[in-house]
Amino acid sequence: MIAYRNILTSLLFLAMISVTTVSGQSIKRIGTSELEKILGNPDDNLFVVNFWATWCGPCIKELPHFEKLSKEYQAERVTFILVSLDFPSEIDKKLIPFLKKNKIDLGVYVMMDLDYDTWIGKVDEGWQGNLPATLVFNNTRGIRQFLPREIDESTLREIIRKNI
Amino acid sequence: MKKLLIPVVTGMIMTLTLNAQTQYKAGDVATDFSLKNVKGEIVSLSQFDAARGFIVAFWCNTCPVVKKYEQRLIDLNKEFAGKGYPVIAINSNDKGVSPGDSYDEMQKLVKNKKYAFEYLYDESQDVARKYGATNTPHVYLLSKKEGKLIVEYVGAIDNNADDAQAADKNYVADAINSLLNGGKVAVAGTRAVGCSIKWRKV
Repeated sequence: MIAYRNILTSLLFLAMISVTTVSGQSIKRIGTSELEKILGNPDDNLFVVNFWATWCGPCIKELPHFEKLSKEYQAERVTFILVSLDFPSEIDKKLIPFLKKNKIDLGVYVMMDLDYDTWIGKVDEGWQGNLPATLVFNNTRGIRQFLPREIDESTLREIIRKNI
Repeated sequence: MKKLLIPVVTGMIMTLTLNAQTQYKAGDVATDFSLKNVKGEIVSLSQFDAARGFIVAFWCNTCPVVKKYEQRLIDLNKEFAGKGYPVIAINSNDKGVSPGDSYDEMQKLVKNKKYAFEYLYDESQDVARKYGATNTPHVYLLSKKEGKLIVEYVGAIDNNADDAQAADKNYVADAINSLLNGGKVAVAGTRAVGCSIKWRKV
């Protein structure tokens, strides 16, 4: 029995290691207070926060733009943040395999608070919760632009270039 | 030339802004509509003589959040149609942008999932625009008052898309129960994560 449990534990341990090393990127589960911290970041830095989910077709289409531009602007004061609104019950079977398959290097926060109405207005007063949505801000310089729609690469680059 | 252009451009910007932001909210008078159901019949809210109101749900065939809520919408109709608040589901997605949201697919869905409520096709997207729907699912609870359709609530069905059992705020059911008891609706509107309505590309 003990031996069996040990084997199980080692298997579980191995499984955990393989998930983190193979996917090569990290996910972090967050709640409303962490989201507020991200949105309230006082650094003089341009933050590009994309709200998305693997179940959202237009989100998947625009995701590579964020990945590409994050590399393009690596040396600049721009921080890209992906906030996934995938369902908590689908993180392991959908989100993690998706990130792995599509080689998403950007770190991903997963919003665990499903009581949407309590926090959607904190992202933007006018947001109805439709995905995708992107918030670009620099709190130090009072820059804030919210786009509750799909965005193309040139528009995103232009917004970053103007506000950097 | 410049003089002419400025009002035109201003007009365009205003139209865009209106499209993006005007949304019915509690207390507004909603307009009726005439849309085709899956049997090809034209349906208007005025045809429902016995109804005390409606659960108008902007819906579609494809959105995973809609799928999450599908059984819950079926259950709402089961619980409240007999009490005077039937579900009226509307698909406003453009089939060019989202082929799975075509009329044919609506017909198949109603058959497969045995929808006992009307599922209407808003092909021109005018109803979604008029109501200011942005997402699927997006619910507008209407009640009949002195021959008018009054918006009582706009938003989500409940507060847990992933797990119906874990929801502890059943916005639509609570609002209807308040109305049935002659009371006021406590929560007039909520926002929730959902799929964007797929607008026709112009």
